[in-house]
Amino acid sequence: MIDYVEKIREAARRLLSEGKVDVFIGFRKGTVPMMSEPALISDVSQVDDLWWDSNCGINLANYITKRTDRVGIVAKGCDSRNIVTHIVENQIKKEQLHIVGVPCRGMIDRRRIGSSVEGEILEVTEDASLVTVKSSNGQKAYDRNEFLQDNCSICIHRNPVIYDELVADPVPEQENVDRYEDIRKIEAMDPASKHEFFTKLIEPCIRCYACRNACPQCYCPTCFVDESTPQWVGKSLDPTDTMTFHFLRAYHLAGRCTDCGACERACPVSIKVRTFTKKLEKDALELFGWETGMSIDNRPPLDVYRPDDPNDFIK
Amino acid sequence: MSEKIIAKEQFLQALKQLSNQQAVYAPVNEGEFYNYKKLEDGVEPDFTFQNTRLSPKGLIQPQSERMFEYSLDPGDSEANVVKEIKRDYGPQAIVGIRPCDAKAIQLVKINFDTPEFRDPFWLKRYEASTLVGLACNDPCASCFCSTTGSGPFNEEGLDALMTDLGDSFLIKSLTEKGEAFLKTVGAGAKDAQAEDKRKKEELKGKAEEAIRSEVPTAKLREQDLNALFDAPFWEDVAFSCINCGTCTYLCPTCWCFDIQDEVNNLKGLRIRNWDACMFPLFTLHGSGHNPRDHKVQRVRQRFMHKLKYYVDKYNNGVACVGCGRCVQYCPVNIDIRKVFRYMNDYEAR
Amino acid sequence: MENPYLPYPVVIDKIITETEDRSLKSFRFVFKNPGDEEKFAYNPGQFAELSVAGKGEIPIGIASSPTEKGFVLFTVNKVGAVTSFLHNMKEGDVMGIRGPMGNWYPWDELEGKNVVIIGGGFAFTTLRSSIIYMLHPDNRPKFKDIKVIYGARTPGMLLYKDEIEAWAQRDDIDVYLTVDATNDPSWKHRVGFVPAVTEEVAPNPDNTYALVCGPPVMIRFTQPVLERLGFAPGQIIMSLEMRMKCGIGMCGRCNIGTEYVCKDGPVFTLAQLNNMPKEY
Repeated sequence: MIDYVEKIREAARRLLSEGKVDVFIGFRKGTVPMMSEPALISDVSQVDDLWWDSNCGINLANYITKRTDRVGIVAKGCDSRNIVTHIVENQIKKEQLHIVGVPCRGMIDRRRIGSSVEGEILEVTEDASLVTVKSSNGQKAYDRNEFLQDNCSICIHRNPVIYDELVADPVPEQENVDRYEDIRKIEAMDPASKHEFFTKLIEPCIRCYACRNACPQCYCPTCFVDESTPQWVGKSLDPTDTMTFHFLRAYHLAGRCTDCGACERACPVSIKVRTFTKKLEKDALELFGWETGMSIDNRPPLDVYRPDDPNDFIK
Repeated sequence: MSEKIIAKEQFLQALKQLSNQQAVYAPVNEGEFYNYKKLEDGVEPDFTFQNTRLSPKGLIQPQSERMFEYSLDPGDSEANVVKEIKRDYGPQAIVGIRPCDAKAIQLVKINFDTPEFRDPFWLKRYEASTLVGLACNDPCASCFCSTTGSGPFNEEGLDALMTDLGDSFLIKSLTEKGEAFLKTVGAGAKDAQAEDKRKKEELKGKAEEAIRSEVPTAKLREQDLNALFDAPFWEDVAFSCINCGTCTYLCPTCWCFDIQDEVNNLKGLRIRNWDACMFPLFTLHGSGHNPRDHKVQRVRQRFMHKLKYYVDKYNNGVACVGCGRCVQYCPVNIDIRKVFRYMNDYEAR
Repeated sequence: MENPYLPYPVVIDKIITETEDRSLKSFRFVFKNPGDEEKFAYNPGQFAELSVAGKGEIPIGIASSPTEKGFVLFTVNKVGAVTSFLHNMKEGDVMGIRGPMGNWYPWDELEGKNVVIIGGGFAFTTLRSSIIYMLHPDNRPKFKDIKVIYGARTPGMLLYKDEIEAWAQRDDIDVYLTVDATNDPSWKHRVGFVPAVTEEVAPNPDNTYALVCGPPVMIRFTQPVLERLGFAPGQIIMSLEMRMKCGIGMCGRCNIGTEYVCKDGPVFTLAQLNNMPKEY
């Protein structure tokens, strides 16, 4: 996806110089291997800062809530669905946005490459099919599909669902993808095993809230964990409080999460936090036939009452 | 002070024995990364790491620490009186701490040990700790310790420094505590020979040369504080920040904390937890006024504090040891090395 | 090792509702352990952390003067979790105080000078401490002219009304009381904002220090008045409010520039504040 760089720069140059947008949000090349930095540019002279590669896994829709200016923004499939959700949730108006859509073939999982490679990783380059890793032990090329982020390997909406222009032709969507194999395994556990599983999962959590803050849909002015009157959740590393945070955050994302993977990418202690949100996503699909952010004309399932809504919880 | 050489096998054995008598913390492989853990059955040290994910500051300032307890039972004559918790600050050896992290502890100590007030929680744990460092033969590409006043073989803040010579460790004691540690684990150790010391010097030279990442600090002290505060680059630096606590919690020189009361029925605890100036609530007044309610103000505060306010206040260099954790793990790749350059090189118009 | 986080246990001796909307209450505390009162020796301008077991701690300016023995007085505004609980406590209840903390008004420098005290709303607490301290027979001769300008939204929102009326009767202190607005026919004093009254009173800046304590909006408009009257930034002394936790300059919360408001402040001159980042 390196070939997208020129197209993105061209779009930014055009939009800024024609005065169609006040600012343009994209990515800058990272200063360490397999990273990138979200960047906002407001002048044509900064356009060459913009970059795009398979390390642009952070969701840029995180940066547009409650903005009042006109924004040009780069969006891959999942990002675009979050933008739709922002529009539906009144966080930004469609008219303010000029979306430069990016048909995405998946982001690379930095951690998986780190674990598979001996020695310290010094540089990672890519082309259409290979990821070449230079480490202190040598150099090796890998098939990029072996190292996609977990959410990218099961993604079925790689192409943006809303855009003002595309930087390339749409890519074929993956078919026959089982999105919930891992969730079904957990659903099949008995309560004691589930408790043990989740306790172990969040044991490394340091309550840095990187997952929450990287999520575009977490934009509450005061998050429930930060409330003090009343105080719902304690602020220490008490395991019950930590579990409460993760579960409740996932519930707040029911019908709103697009599985963009920014949360898992952000976590500094490598917790697979999507384990929580994917269950809610599965429920939304099975109970309400809902896929988040596919169109700005659809109201979310928790927003709409239909007489045939599932109600077998009423015993 | 002495310099001894001990075979790795023997050292690990001695460490295991020591861990049966007192707390010993060492880097442990947790799968994807390393962290300092207490050695016990089933928990083995692994000194082939570059650095741990979380810094060892948690061994002196735990992320959640009980400060006091109290009873809320109306029938208790001592109800509502806050009481100290009896605690045994037994000796703890932190083995394998990197020189950058050890220097960081000294930088943080200035905050907790002042002429007017001394923090007993921090100081008691610090005084109970013996810091046995492991020099870095193989620094990371993102390490920039040399230009922040530390280095891969730096001895500041350590009680002893170990060098990995291949099959053996060369251990140099630097303080009385270090000498005591050496005596305890060095039963099978021999005096270091000239050849061993030469090998160490060679490794030191190679390591110091391997540190390619540098930050400029020379002009930070003379920069005008208010001019830096009003500089135009903060908006750009802060844009991508998501205001999480990753940099702060991983950083060995960040120390801010919060104090909270937690109650269960008729008993309560006063707890202190790590906190971060990156969080919006950090400066929220009871009245609702928040002097740092915009993200750019909070991002600016963290960098200004570490690279300017600390420099001016204590004349002891920057509050950064170049460990590189924030550079590697910031989810949006905000690079403090870039901010060093912006701040040091800034010329007010 | 002494533990600066451990509060002295105190008993609530008296609770006085100060304002008509009941948002401000004064609490008089007596130390449970004899000997703690001596350890708590303080100067006007300092604050203490009031500790409520099970709820938390709050930094509140000390309203009593060190010349008042046997108790310490605090006036607390009800804004959040701890203060709401405190407001519902009763005389005889036990809680804790930690302190004294912070620096104090520069009493050494103020000797031999005229002092103008300008207060607004419920920021008047440490100013009460200062006035009672200055009016004490041992101290009054040390200062020259004392003027007090104090304003609140309405007569019912003024603190320490009885004491202030008593001061107004004295001839060794000039008191100018004002309210923003009132329909009360029995209100004998001025009507108008504190900055405007300050301009009217027009204190002479020669050999004079101004102690200013009030809500940000009052300070923002009073400062230019003082400057117009000829007060130099070094003669204007202010007390900052900040979010605090430890109160002893360690937790980092109240850090502004190179200062900790809880330890290097909360009293700063305007000259010092002008050199600090405006994050308060």
